[in-house]
Order: sequence, then structure tokens, then C-alpha cells
Amino acid sequence: MAKEFKIEPLKVWDDFKKYREKYYRDYLEAKDNGGIRWAGSAWAFDAVPAGLGEDVYPLTGEPYGATVAFFKDFSLQALEAAERKGVARDLCGYLRNYWGSIILDKYVLADGTIVEGFPKPDFNYTIHICCTHAKWYHRAGELEGGIPTYAVDISVGPGYLLDDKKIDYVVRQLNDSIEWMEKVTGREYDDELLIKAVYAEADSMTTWAKICKLNQNVPAPLEEKSMFTLYALLVLHRADPRVAELYHKLYEETQDRVKRGIGAISNEQFRFLTDNPPPWAFLNIYRYMEREYGAVSLGSIYTFGLEGAWLGMDEKGERWIWEPAPTPEEAGVEITNREEALRWTAEYNLRYRPGWQHPYSHKIRKLETLQMIRDWKADALIMHINRGCELWALSELEVRDYLVKHGIPVATYESNMADPRDFDEARTWNVIDSFMESLGRKKLSKQ
Amino acid sequence: MGKKMEELPQYKQFSEWIENRHDYAKKWKQNNGGKVVGYICTYVPEEIFYAAGVLPVRILGSHEPESITRPYLHDMYCPFCHDALAQGLEGRFDYLDGIMLAQSCLHMRQVFFTWEERCGVDWSYYMEFPHGVNNPHASEYLRSLLEKFKSAVEEWTGTTISNKELDEAIEIYNRNRELMRRVYELRKSDNPPITGLHAMEMVVSSQMVDKREHNEVLESLLEDLQDVEVDREIGTRLMIVGSEDDDREFFRMVEYEQNYPATFVFEEHCTGARYFWNDVKPEEDRLMAIAKRYVTRVPCPAKDWPTKTIQGRRRFNWIERWAKEYNVEGAIIMQQKFCDPHELDIPALRELFDKLGIPHLFLEFDITVPVGQFRTRVEAFLESIGEEDLFI
Repeated sequence: MAKEFKIEPLKVWDDFKKYREKYYRDYLEAKDNGGIRWAGSAWAFDAVPAGLGEDVYPLTGEPYGATVAFFKDFSLQALEAAERKGVARDLCGYLRNYWGSIILDKYVLADGTIVEGFPKPDFNYTIHICCTHAKWYHRAGELEGGIPTYAVDISVGPGYLLDDKKIDYVVRQLNDSIEWMEKVTGREYDDELLIKAVYAEADSMTTWAKICKLNQNVPAPLEEKSMFTLYALLVLHRADPRVAELYHKLYEETQDRVKRGIGAISNEQFRFLTDNPPPWAFLNIYRYMEREYGAVSLGSIYTFGLEGAWLGMDEKGERWIWEPAPTPEEAGVEITNREEALRWTAEYNLRYRPGWQHPYSHKIRKLETLQMIRDWKADALIMHINRGCELWALSELEVRDYLVKHGIPVATYESNMADPRDFDEARTWNVIDSFMESLGRKKLSKQ
Repeated sequence: MGKKMEELPQYKQFSEWIENRHDYAKKWKQNNGGKVVGYICTYVPEEIFYAAGVLPVRILGSHEPESITRPYLHDMYCPFCHDALAQGLEGRFDYLDGIMLAQSCLHMRQVFFTWEERCGVDWSYYMEFPHGVNNPHASEYLRSLLEKFKSAVEEWTGTTISNKELDEAIEIYNRNRELMRRVYELRKSDNPPITGLHAMEMVVSSQMVDKREHNEVLESLLEDLQDVEVDREIGTRLMIVGSEDDDREFFRMVEYEQNYPATFVFEEHCTGARYFWNDVKPEEDRLMAIAKRYVTRVPCPAKDWPTKTIQGRRRFNWIERWAKEYNVEGAIIMQQKFCDPHELDIPALRELFDKLGIPHLFLEFDITVPVGQFRTRVEAFLESIGEEDLFI
């Protein structure tokens, strides 16, 4: 008889949901009170535009694209609108939902409400690491009638190979971007607000890593489907001190759950990890796994590493370390001016973001994934072969091969994080059922 | 009585080099005792290899159907990458002493890493070439990367690359670029002496052989081109724009095998003008001179995006200029399936051609070209361009 764990709803859940709802509405209504809107990748240096004032509201494209994908009917309209304008169907799924929204001139709020008129940003601000980011917002700006765009090139290689020249290259661009923002907004830049935001960003990202690490416990206090909601604030506005505060609340609550043995699911019998953004319109995969197999998804290099800050590769490039990266306070660093703030945010992001490390070699992603499986005591990995993101697809099959050679069971299913047309529900259930059967697991409903 | 281009020994030499690229590289090694390095993307600073006595050769596909890359490479990665990797997995480049990638698109990156791991190569180098070539700090940053790269090549080859050797390599490479530009220049005429197929063979072969030898052939070709007799109707003057494309079959079909006459007068891709158009402008700091050349060259769309001072696409300025200078009447946008950087530019590129009043046809190609299907589409396109004539 499998052990039953106590479960409890998260107390902070509603706070996270409310922040997200308010975020999309704030962006929409920013102009009512003379505020500034900017749009760009969730990987943009979120702290930098914060220096423009306290009424600056971002819209990050990937979570927006995921939100659209979640509302399948609207997503189909957006995807088809983009395709009618000559946009290739194999491009990033988020991008196509985002461009489609602009073309339809419709905006989706967190609860699925569709608002007429896609709110134009004052400027686009992004980073560029894959083939898409800068070109995404460049074209978005054109579709919006000429919104200026600034993209920071961060393609300087993995954190453990950073040197001063690489960091300088990014910091110079950040400095330029501040001048540029002043010019396009007509606002004077406030370094104190930047410094505050840089501290908040590191606080949010490191705290999230600490929360993820708690999922190494048995039973896992959190499961990945809920973590998608919880980690979302990092991709929305991690440099907002209110976001950092919410992560502290979540960290305390998760610690308390671990202490009291509260699980994410009551029947945890099988622990697995994933490795990619999920197909957002079909998150019921996770509930299916829980219900049918008592299987809990503990997270992924995506959920942990997209916005969490981790030590990552050791200096020799031989070992991946899943330990939270230090905040400025923990590192004993005091940030007192613009240069120090920009240098900190550049180096912290370049060095400690797993999502910015593993695109630079198969080896990094292999070590990262295998270490995750060991540290989180997982029984298997379920891999989403994601047609919607070529960056997350990089090295994926090589990692699969590596894990299998290390005796880790791996299942793969092909889909798309943001294009519901690419998801084959019946086939995916079949893959999962066959995989679990091959591991000797029987459906709980048939026992 | 002039000769036909196909009869010129220089043209035969280009074709022969392409057909027997592997034999050429093996013989070059034997004769010169040097190393041969393979590269996938044209952002590799070949001058530095050449200065160290290394022959850089481009890894291109063979346009044969394959299935051996599927366990390693995502299905949605471009056919060029699948085809290139297949060559490595099949051992066709087993003579390579090393491989190098100057950071370009994700697909080539994965090919590089998989090749490094599975195709058995003694030396490999991944350079984090700037993506943001339009930003003002890119040259200085690239210079710092070139310095490391130069040291790595010196260590690998056991040589020291002096300024003299760099100057010589720069001169040979610049000469090659200049000669190919001069050949392209002849295509501006009403009766261009060479077709797109000829031009493609010239440029592709330059990526496979010692530039010194290529220069010799180009020099004599330029002399003989004056006497070339054009025995075919030029028809519609076409420009090809797009991704990596070394598929000769398509060019042959358009220019030689259909009912409506047409001639490519310009190729804007990395086996065409994007590869050779810009020179290294000599300066005291040789590495900075090389860095500036690769940063300011006609950009691949993967690197062509906005920054503080540039909000448009630099590549489009070149396309517009070439379309006008070469009196282009129609454009074929040749898209390597799944090539994101190009796909991301295509809606804006179509708008550019609309603005220029140049009719355009979009074709998406794979490892092999569906010639029959494309023939129908190209013929319909050419017919639509000449539509007015039908009613005169």
C-alpha cells in the first residue's frame, strides 16, 4: 500500500494569481496615468528600464504568447492571422501568438478576456541569444507602425568561460540602452531606481532557486504544473521589489511544508522531471500523470533554470552545481552607482542563468540534466520535443541519448509549447502509458 | 568566333573542384603538408587560418536524401544542417584535421557540437562571434575573440602567425573578393556573359580550394570572358535572395530547361555575394581590420537587427542597391526550409520588393529540390512578369 501524504493548498497562491492579473491590466491601462510601456523578451534586462520611473510597465512576450496559447480559440485566430501575413509556421510559437495579436489588434488578459486594441509599447527592449528575440520585436515594432527597438547582444558564451571583455561588451550595450531610452521616452533616468531593481531582480531569482531546491524533498512540496504559475512572476517582472517579496513568502511557506511533510500530491509514488516549456494548452498531462500513476513532476531545467539563478558549471567546466547563486548581499557586494548596477546585472545573469549556459554545448546540458535527475531523486525524465522553440530543442536529442546511456529512463513526445495544432493528445497519452508500463507501473485506476 | 562559357577551362575547373572537393582537399594536404579545417558558416575568419598555413574548406551538403541525422538533430532544424551533418556522419570529411564555427544560427551550432562529438576530429573551435553586428561595440569585442582564436590556431599548428603572414592572407583573400566582384560586375550588362549557375560554381568552388589557386583561375577567366559568346536568350533578369543555397539543379532548371527565358544576374546568399562582397581594409592592427570586415560585411539575417543607431536592416540596403544596379526584373526568395533567421525577415523582404516594384516568388527548398513542381511555379512567375507583352 503506497504511503499517503498530507496535502494543503498553497496560501500564497492567490497572491501570485492576482499579481499576474494586475500585471496585464496595468500594462493595458498604463497610458491612462501617463505611464510608460515597454515590451520585450522575458529574458530582457528587466531592471534597466526601471530607472525610467515608478510608472513603467513591461509586457514580456514569451509569457504573453503562452497566455494566448492557453486560450486555444484565440490562439488559433492569432496563429492564422500571422500565417495570412506570410509568417512561417515553424517559427517560435510565442512569437506567432504575439504577432498574431498585433495583427488582430486584440489583447488578452490573464483571465482570457479579449480586449479590442493591442496596446502599443513606447519602445521594445530585449536581449538576443537565439535566432529570434531581436528580430521578433523588430518586426513587432514595424507591425505597430514604427515602435523603436533596442536589443542587447548577450551571445558571449557560458558563464564559466566569462571574462572581463565579454562582460564589458554587454555592459557597454546596457549603458547605450539607457541613453537610448532617455531619448525615445524623453525621460530622465534615475540610477537609484535602477539599483533598487537590480537588488530585487537578484533577490527574486535566487529565492526562486532556493524554492526549487526544496523540491528535492520527499514528498515534493510543489509540483510542476503549479510551479508554472509560481515561476511566472519571474518572467513577468522579476526586478519589481513586490515580486521579490512574494517569492520570500513562497519560500517561507514551502520550507514550512517540507518541515511538516506536506506534499504536492497525496499519492507520490513516482518522481519525474521534464526539460522544456510544456504545451501550454495541454497542461492536463501533468494531472493525468498524478491521477493515473501517482507521478509528480518535480520541475525541469526549464522551470528551475529559465529564471532561477544557480551556480551552474564549476570553474573547470566539469561539473554542474545545482546550488542557488548568491545575491549581492550574500556575495558581500554593495551597489552604489549605475556602472556597478549594470555590471552586477550583466554578470549575474550571464553567469548564473542556466538558460543562458546550456545553449553553448551539449556537454553543459547533459551534465546539468543528469545532475538534476540525481539531486531531485527522479525516477525518469519526460522530454517534450518542442516544435515551438528551437533554442530549447538545441542538444535535446543528444541529452536523451546521454541519459539513456546512464540508465535513466526517458520518454519523448513531440508537440509545440504554443501552437495547439501540433499537439496530438491521444498519441501523447499512449506514449506516457507505454512508458510507464515499460517501467512496471500500473494505472492506479486499474489496481 | 567566341567561346561558350561552358567550354572555358576555367569554368570546367570550378565545376571539377566542386565535384571532387574531397579529393582536392586530400591532395592539398599531401602537397602542402598543411592542415585542413572545415567550417559551416561564412563568419569564420578564414584569413587567420590561411596565415597559419591551414586550408579552410566549407562543409556543404550533398543533396542526397538521408536519415542518419534524425537521432541527433531536431526534425525542425534546417535541411542544410541535416545534410552537412550527414556528410560528417558518413565520413566524407574524414580528412579534416579540425572544425570551426564562428557563432551563427542555432542549427549550425548543434551541427558543430554533434560533429565534434560524433565525427572524430582532432581539433575544434567554437568562437562566440557577436550576434549584434550592428552595435557599435561589436568590432572591438570581436577583436578580443580573434586574439584568442589566433592563439588557439597557433597552438594547434605549432606556428606563430606574424603580421607578414596575416598581410599576405588578407591580400590573397581580398584579391579573391575583388576578382569575383569584377566577374559579377559583368553581369550588369544587357547581355551578361555568365549565368547564375556559372556564378554559383565560381563562388562555391572558392569556398573549397586554396584561394591562391582560385585567384589564378579567376584572373585568366576575366581575360577570356571578354570573348565569351552568349548563345542563349537572357530573358527575365532575376535576382535570388535568401538562405544558404548551393543547389545547382535549381539554377540549371530556371536558366536552361524551361519555356520562358530567364537569367540570374545576382545571388544574395552566403554561397553568393554575401560571402565575398566586402574586403578587409588594411590597418595597423590587423586583427581589428579583420574584425571590422566580418562585422560590417553584408550581414546574414541572423545578425541583422536593430540597435541604438540602426533601426532597419542593413542587408536590405544592399538588396535594394543590387536590385537597381543589376537592373533586376524579378526576385526569387529562396528559403531554406526551417531557417528561422531568413523566415523572420521574409514578410519585410516581400514588402521591400513590393516597394521597389519588383515581382517576387517565394520558394521553400529542402535537401533535394522538387524540380518539376518548381518548374511550374517559376514558369508561372515568369509568365506573370511578362504578362503585358502578351497583349501588345
